[in-house]
Amino acid sequence: MASVTATPTIAPTPLRARKKGTRWARFVEHVVAHAVLIVISIVFFVPFFWMVVGSVKTLGDWARVPVVWFPHTITFENYIYGLRVFPFGRYLFNTVILCGSTMIGAVLSSSFIAYGLARIEFPGRTAIFVTLLSTMMVPYFVTMVPLFTLFRSMGWTGTYAPLIVPTFFGVPFFVFLLRQFFRSIPSELTEAARIDGANELRIYWQVILPLAKPALAAVALFQYLFMWNDLLGPLIYISNSDRYTLAVGLMFFKNQYSTSIGPMMAASTAMVLPVIVVFFLAQRYFIQGITLTGVKG
Amino acid sequence: MTIAAASVPTPAKAKRGRQPWTAKKKRDFWWGMLFCSPAIIGLLWFTAYPILMSLYYSFTSYTMVGHNTHWIGLTNYRVLFHDGTWWSSLQNTFYMMLFLVPVGIIFALILALLLNLKVRFQSFYRTIFYLPTIAPLVASVVAWSYIFDPQFGVLDDVLRRLHVTAPGWLTDPGWTKPALVVFGLWGVGNLMIILLAGLQEVPVDLQDAAKVDGAGVFSRLRHITVPFMSPYLLFALITGLIAIFQYFTPPYVLFSSTTGAGPANSAILSSVYLYQNAFVFFKVGYASAMAWCLFVIVAVITVVTFRFVGRRVYYAGS
Repeated sequence: MASVTATPTIAPTPLRARKKGTRWARFVEHVVAHAVLIVISIVFFVPFFWMVVGSVKTLGDWARVPVVWFPHTITFENYIYGLRVFPFGRYLFNTVILCGSTMIGAVLSSSFIAYGLARIEFPGRTAIFVTLLSTMMVPYFVTMVPLFTLFRSMGWTGTYAPLIVPTFFGVPFFVFLLRQFFRSIPSELTEAARIDGANELRIYWQVILPLAKPALAAVALFQYLFMWNDLLGPLIYISNSDRYTLAVGLMFFKNQYSTSIGPMMAASTAMVLPVIVVFFLAQRYFIQGITLTGVKG
Repeated sequence: MTIAAASVPTPAKAKRGRQPWTAKKKRDFWWGMLFCSPAIIGLLWFTAYPILMSLYYSFTSYTMVGHNTHWIGLTNYRVLFHDGTWWSSLQNTFYMMLFLVPVGIIFALILALLLNLKVRFQSFYRTIFYLPTIAPLVASVVAWSYIFDPQFGVLDDVLRRLHVTAPGWLTDPGWTKPALVVFGLWGVGNLMIILLAGLQEVPVDLQDAAKVDGAGVFSRLRHITVPFMSPYLLFALITGLIAIFQYFTPPYVLFSSTTGAGPANSAILSSVYLYQNAFVFFKVGYASAMAWCLFVIVAVITVVTFRFVGRRVYYAGS
C-alpha cells in the first residue's frame, strides 16, 4: 500500500538491562560520530565559506599563492563592481515574478486536481491518476524539443508563458503529493459540509485547502526552489537579456567575465543567501515535504 | 512502485458499470471530470502531443532554421549510430551512472546512519548537509568552478597541503568526470533525508536483540538495516539512474566555455549533447531521434533494475 512515511522517531528503549560497559561504549560511539560529523560538516560548508570570503577578498589577496583563507582586509568592491556589470535587481525581479506566478499555478492547479482524485469517487479516476503518474517517468528531454517548436509557433518564445502556463495544468509530482495528503483528512469533515449543502467546489476551497496548509506550503516551496534554480527552461525560452533570470544571468556573467572571480563570488553569494534565509525560516515544512515524497512500495 | 500502489482495483463496480448510472454517480462523474480537467488538458497539451511529435520529428529532416522538412525514414537513427560524439556522450553518461549513483547512495546512507545515531545537534548537522541541495545550483556550480581551479581553488590548495599532486580538474580530460562526481556527492542532501526517513522504519528492538546476541555493527547493518531499507534504496537507485540522463546544469555551467562538453568532449553527457543538437545546431529531427534512443535506454535500464534488484527488496509490511 502507498503509505506516506511520516513515522515519528522511535526512541531507543532498551528491552533488557544493558551490560556493564555499554555506557562507555556509547560514549565512545558518540565521540567518534561527532568527530566524523564535524569533519564532514566542514567539508560540506567550505564551498560556502570560500564563496562568501571570496566575495569580500581584495584583488591582491586573490592573486596570492598559496590561497588566502582568512583575508586581513575586507572589501566590498566586488559587490559594487558586480552590481555595475550584473543587473542583479532586474534579474531578481524577473526571477521573483516567475517564482511567484508558477507557485500560484502549481499550488492552485495541483490541489484542484488532487481534490478530484482523492475525494471524489468517479469512473475513470484511477486511469487518470495512473496516466498522470506515468508521465513522471517520461524524461524531460523527450518533450523538450517539440514543446519548444509548439510554443514558438504560438509566438510564446521570448516570454515567460512557456514557463508559467504549464504549471496551471497540474504538476504530476505535486498532484501525487497532495492527493496522498488529502486522503489522510477524515471524511467526517467533508461529509458534514456536504450535508450542510456545500458543493464540491466549496468543500475544496473552504474545508480541504485550509486543512492542507502544511502540504500546500511544501508544494509552494518546492516550486519556488525549482524555479529559482532552473537553468534549462529560461535558457531555452528567454533570449532577451533584459528578461534573464538570476540563474541564466549568472551563467552568462561567468562566460563573459570569467577572470573577475571576486565579483562572480559576490553575485553567487547574493543569489544563494535569499534561498538559505527562506530555508531557515521554512525548514520544518521543507523536511516534511521531502519526507512526504519518501513513499513505501 | 507508486503506480502499482495507485491502482485500486474495483472489479465489482466495473461489472455493474453497465447498468444505468444513478443520479449520484452521474453527479460524481461530472464533478470528478471538472476537477481533473486541467490535468487532462495538460496531459494532452504538454505530454501526449509533444511525445507524438517528437517521434514524428525523429523521422524527418526538420531543422529550426531551414524550411524544407521532409520524411527521411530512419536516416537520423542511422547517422546517430555512426556519430562518435553520441557514443562518447553515452559512455560518459554510463560512467556517471556507475560512479555517481552507487557512490552517492552509499555516501547518503552513511550520512543518514550517522545522523540516526541520535547524537546531539543532529538538526544542526542535518541542516549543514542539506545546504548544498537548496543552494541555487548555478550559483554553487559557479563557485565550484573556481574551487576546482588549480591556482585559485581551495580544493587543490588542500591537496597540496596534504602533499598530493593537484590535478587540473576542469582542464585535464582525465579529471573532468571525477570533478562532476565530486560535485554531485556534495549535493546528496535530498537522498540523505529520504534515507533518514527510511531508517526510522528499522525496528529498534530487532537491532537491540541482535546486539545482545553479539552481532557487530557491520553484521547488523547487513542483515537488519539494509534489508529494511531496501525499498528506499531501490527508490534511490531508480530515480538516480533516471536523473543521470537529465543531468544538465552542473556540466553545462562547469564547462560553459565549451557549451557543456568539457575539454576534448571529455565530459559531454547525453543530455548536453541533445541540448547542443536541438538549441545550438537547431537539428530538431536529429535531436528527437536522440531523445527516443535515450528514452528507450532509460526504460530498459529501469526495467532491468526492477527485475534484478527489485527482486531482492524486502517489504516489511507485506
